[in-house]
Amino acid sequence: MMAWRLLPLRKTGSVDNKMKERWIDPSSDAEKKQEENFQTWLSAADIDFETPEAKAGYKERVKLIKDAVQLKSAPSRIPISPSTGHFPIEYAKINWHEAMYDYEKLAQAWEKYHDDFAPDFYHSPRTVVPGKVLEILDFKLYRWVGNDLREDQEYQFVENEYMKAEEYQDLIDDPTGFFLTVYFPRIFGELKPLEKMPLLPSVHEIPLVPPAVIPFGTKEVKSAFQKLAEAGDEANDWHAMIMRVSASIMGKGFPAFSAGFSKAPFDVIGDSLRGTQGVLTDMFRHPDELKEACERITPFMIKLGAAACKATGHIMPFIPLHKGADGFMSDEQFRTFYWPTLRKVIIGLIDEGIVPQLFAEGGYNQRLEVISDIPKGKTVWWFDTVDMARAKETVGKVSCIAGNVPLSLLCTGTPGDVTTYCRSLIETAGKDGGFIFSTGAGMQGAKPGNVRAMIKAVKEYGASA
Amino acid sequence: MTGRLIDAISSMKEKEALDITKALLESKIDPMEILDASSKAMEIVGKRFELGEYFLSELMMSGAILKQVSEMVKPMLKGEVRTKKRGKVLIGTVKGDIHDIGKDIVVFLLDVNGFEVRDLGIDVPPERFVEQIGDFQPQVVGLSGLLTLAYDAMKHTVQTIQKAGLRDSVKIMIGGGQMSTQVKEYVGADAFGNDGMAAVALAKDWIGGQ
Repeated sequence: MMAWRLLPLRKTGSVDNKMKERWIDPSSDAEKKQEENFQTWLSAADIDFETPEAKAGYKERVKLIKDAVQLKSAPSRIPISPSTGHFPIEYAKINWHEAMYDYEKLAQAWEKYHDDFAPDFYHSPRTVVPGKVLEILDFKLYRWVGNDLREDQEYQFVENEYMKAEEYQDLIDDPTGFFLTVYFPRIFGELKPLEKMPLLPSVHEIPLVPPAVIPFGTKEVKSAFQKLAEAGDEANDWHAMIMRVSASIMGKGFPAFSAGFSKAPFDVIGDSLRGTQGVLTDMFRHPDELKEACERITPFMIKLGAAACKATGHIMPFIPLHKGADGFMSDEQFRTFYWPTLRKVIIGLIDEGIVPQLFAEGGYNQRLEVISDIPKGKTVWWFDTVDMARAKETVGKVSCIAGNVPLSLLCTGTPGDVTTYCRSLIETAGKDGGFIFSTGAGMQGAKPGNVRAMIKAVKEYGASA
Repeated sequence: MTGRLIDAISSMKEKEALDITKALLESKIDPMEILDASSKAMEIVGKRFELGEYFLSELMMSGAILKQVSEMVKPMLKGEVRTKKRGKVLIGTVKGDIHDIGKDIVVFLLDVNGFEVRDLGIDVPPERFVEQIGDFQPQVVGLSGLLTLAYDAMKHTVQTIQKAGLRDSVKIMIGGGQMSTQVKEYVGADAFGNDGMAAVALAKDWIGGQ
């Protein structure tokens, strides 16, 4: 479809519109809101603790994060929060079918991991999604054990071009309509009939009502809604398990490390719509459309990140970052395409008193200076293969940093290697606070002995750092 | 004009590259000269990538231009093109892992750098590597993987190749974002790489020829 535009796009600069640019500077009450949110988290009002000690432990741990994030005073010790990943599944020796289809087994695996290793924070099993829900909807974006993969294989993303380059303008004109009537029919086999859904702003006058509702009376659209209802029921069963596990582990004194999720707008386009090849070549072929699409996705990502925090009284949404990593694009491309809207998401969340937890997968050594352009004491930058000494000297001046025990070490090294690495990491990144001890990625494949050595090392060396 | 084609491809000027190709074909130039120019352009891209001036974005963009140029030239070629290959590389994503983007980049780079590549695809069991080493007789075997489950799959693949008595006949490289010296030792491979050009450098080093 040929693009139709109200306003011409400038060739070089940002989107040409007269609307006030939002999310450039943090709002004046951002600091106050963050403090209030920390107080809500600290109050632990809805948690049923097993013992008074558990309650005290919970509060102490939240305080560790508060101090690490705010950069006002060093925490009493270094908080330990390895990225659990899918390690509990392997550790409990259940297979992927059991993990994704037998919620009780998943719950037991998660409790066992937290009981046996006792890291300071609880990482929810939410990323182990219910296979049945995906099956009911015929989800095509991933493959998993119930859909082509074996029991020993974790779910994996199917890289593809789910949105064509010619469709940028449709996405820009109406992101919600595009997702509902174009994207969902492509990624959920059972939701193909949603192609027939009316675009909602078109329904606002008496003669517009009947044509708008006619599709809802068709067999196909009814079936799509029926499938959504079935998937909803199943997801609720799974969610009940998550809530039970959360209540149990938090009741023992371990706060959740994050709540909710968001993404960089560029990654929404690059990971899920255009694919790697698509988005990276769009920087040359369709630069204006790509930038404008990122701008249009931005408010959705702010709302997405804020929603779960508001619902749970938490403060840190998890934001995995992908295609802005070292090697994917030049510094100039990062500054032009990736960072501006990610920064807006960060500021938008900070405005809500929320602490974005930015998980930079892969290398980020080339980005450390650019990403330092953020308000102080309002974020966590969590690194994978990054020189932590440089991170400490750059972005570490304005943000809490986290990371970065390598997965390769945890999977193939010895406990001795792990201890050596952890000790040096604590000395480098842990001095004067502003540091959360973690892994560089989710711990799937790690040897249990290495995980134990890691946690022991932080308890030993991280107490006085 | 082939000089201008080299410039256009190596500086990501897509429209210009295609226009020049069209003009060259109309001028009845030997189509092989266009392909040679494209290879020279890709060598420049590869060098700039190694120097840290170019990134994955440029690799993919120049690859997309190259593909279109090749498609325009192909119908004009008389008979089969026989180019001397530097050597053979067998490659695949190891068992359990279904990621192909990284592997595909390596295949593409090896190909434009003059290697004959046989790509076994994704989720490749060790036995299939063994069988294909026998059939294809490569000098180099590349094992690709993104997930940590690939570590054990790679290790098992190397062991299976060893048991089949083929270990000494090939050099084995492992590739992926999570590879390191430690993983290389664990797996029993000869070398590792974190990006596509590393694979090209290793293959050139092992097989020789500039």
